[in-house]
Amino acid sequence: MAPPLIECRDLTRVYRMGGGEVRALDGVSVTIEEGEYVAIMGASGSGKSTFMNLLGALDRPTSGSLRVAGEAIETMGPDQLAAFRNRTIGFVFQQFNLLARTSAEDNAALPLIYSGMKAAERKERARARLTQVGLGERMDHHPSQLSGGQQQRVAIARALVNNPRILLADEPTGALDSQTTVEVLGIFDRLNADGITVILVTHEQDVAAHARRQIIFRDGRIVEDRR
Amino acid sequence: MNLMSAISVALLALRVNLLRSVLAMLGIIIGVSAVIAMVSVTEGAKRAMEERIASFGANLLVIRPGSSAFGGRRGGAGTATFMTDADVEAIRSEIPGIVAVSGEMSGSQPMVVAGENWTTNVQGVHSDYFEARDWFVESGRAFTPAEVRSGARVIMIGQTVATELFGAADPLGQTVRVGAVPMEVIGIMAPKGQSSWGSDQDDTVFAPITTTRARLLGYQLGVRDPVFTIYAEVAPGTNVSHAVADIEELLRIRRNIQPGAEDDFSVNNLAEFIRARNETETQLGVLLAAAAVISLLVGGIGIMNIMLVSVTERTREIGLRLAVGARRADVRNQFLIESVVLCVTGGIAGMAIGVAGAYGIGNLGDFPVSIHPAIAGIAIGAAVFVGLFFGFYPAHRASRLDPIEALRFE
Repeated sequence: MAPPLIECRDLTRVYRMGGGEVRALDGVSVTIEEGEYVAIMGASGSGKSTFMNLLGALDRPTSGSLRVAGEAIETMGPDQLAAFRNRTIGFVFQQFNLLARTSAEDNAALPLIYSGMKAAERKERARARLTQVGLGERMDHHPSQLSGGQQQRVAIARALVNNPRILLADEPTGALDSQTTVEVLGIFDRLNADGITVILVTHEQDVAAHARRQIIFRDGRIVEDRR
Repeated sequence: MNLMSAISVALLALRVNLLRSVLAMLGIIIGVSAVIAMVSVTEGAKRAMEERIASFGANLLVIRPGSSAFGGRRGGAGTATFMTDADVEAIRSEIPGIVAVSGEMSGSQPMVVAGENWTTNVQGVHSDYFEARDWFVESGRAFTPAEVRSGARVIMIGQTVATELFGAADPLGQTVRVGAVPMEVIGIMAPKGQSSWGSDQDDTVFAPITTTRARLLGYQLGVRDPVFTIYAEVAPGTNVSHAVADIEELLRIRRNIQPGAEDDFSVNNLAEFIRARNETETQLGVLLAAAAVISLLVGGIGIMNIMLVSVTERTREIGLRLAVGARRADVRNQFLIESVVLCVTGGIAGMAIGVAGAYGIGNLGDFPVSIHPAIAGIAIGAAVFVGLFFGFYPAHRASRLDPIEALRFE
């Protein structure tokens, strides 16, 4: 059997704030297999965002080990982390984080710029992903010309454009109404069905219900892991 | 991220905030245009000076009587005893390295020819004058030493006089009444243009100094064969200051000046005089260059300010770029390129304004303007330097942002 896609051992992240220390993550051990559909839940301050940042290689643990797609995150330098994020992780954010005054196509192609891909290929890949999320007709629209649901779909296309193994979504429906929430979650469901590992952070039960596994954090530890 | 896409990203960012970009560039625009206008105008002035030196005769010495002093009361320049033909001859025969020497005596005289008249300055000179001034006839001939000795009634006229009196007709061989004396036009001088102080050098007439003295001016000057000014040309390669010292020594003896007493005459080298003036212009250039450097500095600080604002405004964008795989160097380079693009755009605008300004100043003040092609390189180079130098800190700050913090930035 192949090694797990994500493997945490005793993962700890301590922030120094003012005089004191905050143990945002306190000895978390968990494995996630390729192709899983996981919801990370918990109140604010529970450590779920810290956990996501570590999984996404945006941050490094204070102690413990974290292997993602066979690579030890805790040993990597900033440039290695950047390259790792670029090819392995796709991020979707609550606030979309699209570049203003930039077309949907250019937004979706952004990660490819940093993988050193040629312009023609970038364009082709971005267009393919936009079509996949149902925005084939709006390639040239700027974010201000798109609805919230459409903007989040552009962001999903951007997350997918480099064929990542893991899609990390941080409250992806937090800024959407219920109708578009259903549409966006539908996209995640389809992507997971196609084999991409989807991990989403949410505090909404009905969003978490889309996932086949719920991991619940409290005070920096996993308190519940149900499938 | 390659350079072309970085530049297009930078141009987009600048276009989005067009007014702010232009304001940020203003310092650079002013700095670069000041440099270019300054260099072009001073360079043009320098060239014009050199041309004037050449036109006047680079090795020309001008000798004039100075002030007289009686019992402590000093008169003004020219109040001392006049030089004479004998001084001219003494300089010619006793000073080594003098190739041409001539006295000069002039006065304004009305000239009349069949229905036309024109009043101009008649200069009485020796026949060496033309070589000393490096100024020759264009047509006809110059008068000879024999004609000078005999006081012949011949004149050579400047271009302006030829036009005023004869229009398109040929003046050669015509008789002109100068004052009360009919004189024959034997030569027309080559055009000389403006003097360094702006007068029309072609508005003049030359006659033998003897004729001028005896028939035209008729001054009673208390000396035999007086001259107002002596022009002496030093042979090329001769040490001019030695020649000046020799002439001074000779004239002190001839004019009975006691040791320790002041000279009552002056020996000036016009080329030296013009060079000295040039130097003041060079100093002016240095001053302008300092002003330009200061405005580039101020412009650079403006760029830095705007780049810092831009980095802050785009914190989330930076966080996003880092999240999707930009390395720190990519982010730093992006902002550096933006800063350079901002400065180079300003530099190009400044160059256009500077060139236009230089021609404008040239037209207004009637200065010659010389625009060197290398100026474009200098302007762009200065702009790139300012962009890199003042863009580095904001770009560095952008690259040090923590992606998590940056993504959360409101």
